[in-house]
Amino acid sequence: MPTDTPLAILRLTVRNHPGVMSHVSGLFARRAFNVEGILCMPIGDGTQSVILLEVADDARLEQVVAQLRKLEDVRDVRHDPEARAAFEAVTRWIT
Amino acid sequence: MKTTGAALLMRLLERQGITTIAGIPGGASLPMYDALRASSIRHVLARHEQGAAFIAQGMARATGGPAVCFGTSGPGATNLLTGIADAKLDSIPLVAVTGQVPRAMIGTDAFQEIDTYGLTVPITKHNYLVRSAAELLEVIPDAFRVATSGRPGPVVVDVPKDVQLEALHVDVMPEPGRPDPPPPLDPDALAHAVALLSAAERPVLLVGAGVIASGAAGVLRRIAERMSAPVAATLLGLGAMPHDHPLFLGMVGMHAARSTNLVLEECDLLVGLGIRFDDRATGKVSEFCPRARIVHVDIDPSELGKIKQPTVGLVADVRAALEAIEPLVSAEPRKAWRARAETLRATFPLQMPDADDPCSPYGIVRHTAALLGPDAIVTSDVGQHQMWAAQAYPFTSPRQWLTSGGLGTMGFGLPAAIGAALACPDRTVACFTGDGSLLMNIQELATLAEERAAVKIILLDNGHLGLVRQQQELFYGGRYHASRFHAEPDFAAIARGFGIAACDLGDTREPFAALARALGTPGAGLIRVPIERAANVYPMVPPGAANRDMIEEARHAD
Repeated sequence: MPTDTPLAILRLTVRNHPGVMSHVSGLFARRAFNVEGILCMPIGDGTQSVILLEVADDARLEQVVAQLRKLEDVRDVRHDPEARAAFEAVTRWIT
Repeated sequence: MKTTGAALLMRLLERQGITTIAGIPGGASLPMYDALRASSIRHVLARHEQGAAFIAQGMARATGGPAVCFGTSGPGATNLLTGIADAKLDSIPLVAVTGQVPRAMIGTDAFQEIDTYGLTVPITKHNYLVRSAAELLEVIPDAFRVATSGRPGPVVVDVPKDVQLEALHVDVMPEPGRPDPPPPLDPDALAHAVALLSAAERPVLLVGAGVIASGAAGVLRRIAERMSAPVAATLLGLGAMPHDHPLFLGMVGMHAARSTNLVLEECDLLVGLGIRFDDRATGKVSEFCPRARIVHVDIDPSELGKIKQPTVGLVADVRAALEAIEPLVSAEPRKAWRARAETLRATFPLQMPDADDPCSPYGIVRHTAALLGPDAIVTSDVGQHQMWAAQAYPFTSPRQWLTSGGLGTMGFGLPAAIGAALACPDRTVACFTGDGSLLMNIQELATLAEERAAVKIILLDNGHLGLVRQQQELFYGGRYHASRFHAEPDFAAIARGFGIAACDLGDTREPFAALARALGTPGAGLIRVPIERAANVYPMVPPGAANRDMIEEARHAD
């Protein structure tokens, strides 16, 4: 993982249905935003999921957040620095 | 009530107020069409799904309300894509309903199966793959809510054939989908904006599609007069101010009058209303309005700061914002600024050479406007003719000018004109087009003949992809390639072949009389206008240059 750019973690609460990942990942691809890591799990009764995104914390982050908030399936976007532990755990798992 | 998915779909569309749908049937949409036959909704049979999408766009752009097009699975859906993408870029409320292969066959590469959902993710506000007939009860109202809320845009609803055929029992029909209320105004941002507007010495209002979408033309005019602020428009903002209003500067950007770009160069406050700082409007962004602070009002929060960081950003419906600002902003005569703007306009006006000649670019635009009067709707295709029309047509009202701005889609003009004529049957629709653009959806002449709509196609024929030829001349050392059409169809004969009246201004010694006769005849018609092949659109800002660096005609005259 590149360490020269500071990273931020976004926590998205989304409607859990097929296609929601296409909307989120497609947005990053077509707006040329970089995403370093993605974690996604259903929550509660399974009608919603949480997507954690590890992204570059640069001047474009505000625009990324604004674009994510426009997606119909995305119910909430917030910064979640404490979720770094989740990425660290996954990193240990896969390396 | 016992019903089927397809019948329920039609009932839901009827309840949304939809009266006309453009489309083409196919295998995976046959149940929809069977139900449509029994519906009060009128179907307009396009000859290509892209035509259907643009017919629907013409209805939506002319009225402001959402419009619907139908396509079948596979190629029906892929043919719709350009029209859907065009609606996304220009924020047009379009609901495209597509047939899909039965659920059990999805993912098997079945005949005419394509991933419509996946293909339309990046070009819609939102999209749906309907997984049961009962889902339609939520999806259809929601599709209209999304298409019309906030910044409008296209929505795709993909309906598998077995969902269309599925029987179900419906007890209560849902309420039709309506736009969400606009966001509340931020009082602090509003106060800051009012303070900047009141204190500015040299303000300019720059109006875009958002002014027209929000119905803000009336309050815009009152505020401009109260502030004595000149008003410029983007390509899609034309019509928001009457062309002859003393404060109106015309279109900004790549093909603006030099004076318009110079007024923006000198302003100390730019008030961007429902605009998105498109590169064709701003030129080199870092040098756009270099002396100005910026107040940016837009209903889409992601537009504020996307291209240009505003001093004050106001997330708002433009009309609501202007109505809140109107009583608070101080009335100022700003005599020095108005005089300066007048001086620039008098010194660097838009040049319209040969405007008396109906066979010149500006002449055909001005004569057509004079003959049709202020009530006509005007569509265009994309290219030189589009820019000549944008520069020279005397627009008087919002939704009078329907053009493909963001995507810049050749082939838009004819089907959009058909849609506008269907939506506004008591008005004449002029479609300015070029010989390159018209060929891209010429099959819609059959639709036009069938619908007998009052569409007058004004074909500016120069035997070229004119704007490509112009750029090759100006920026590629005159190395022309693939911009000349060596086969030149007889467009008047082609129109007649479709059953549409046609005349060729090149075949008459009295072109003005022929034009007047053609425009004065009821019903559809095509008027071919031979245009000087090397004619260019001036002024022109080279792509990537600052708006002050305009190329003028004189520097390139032989």
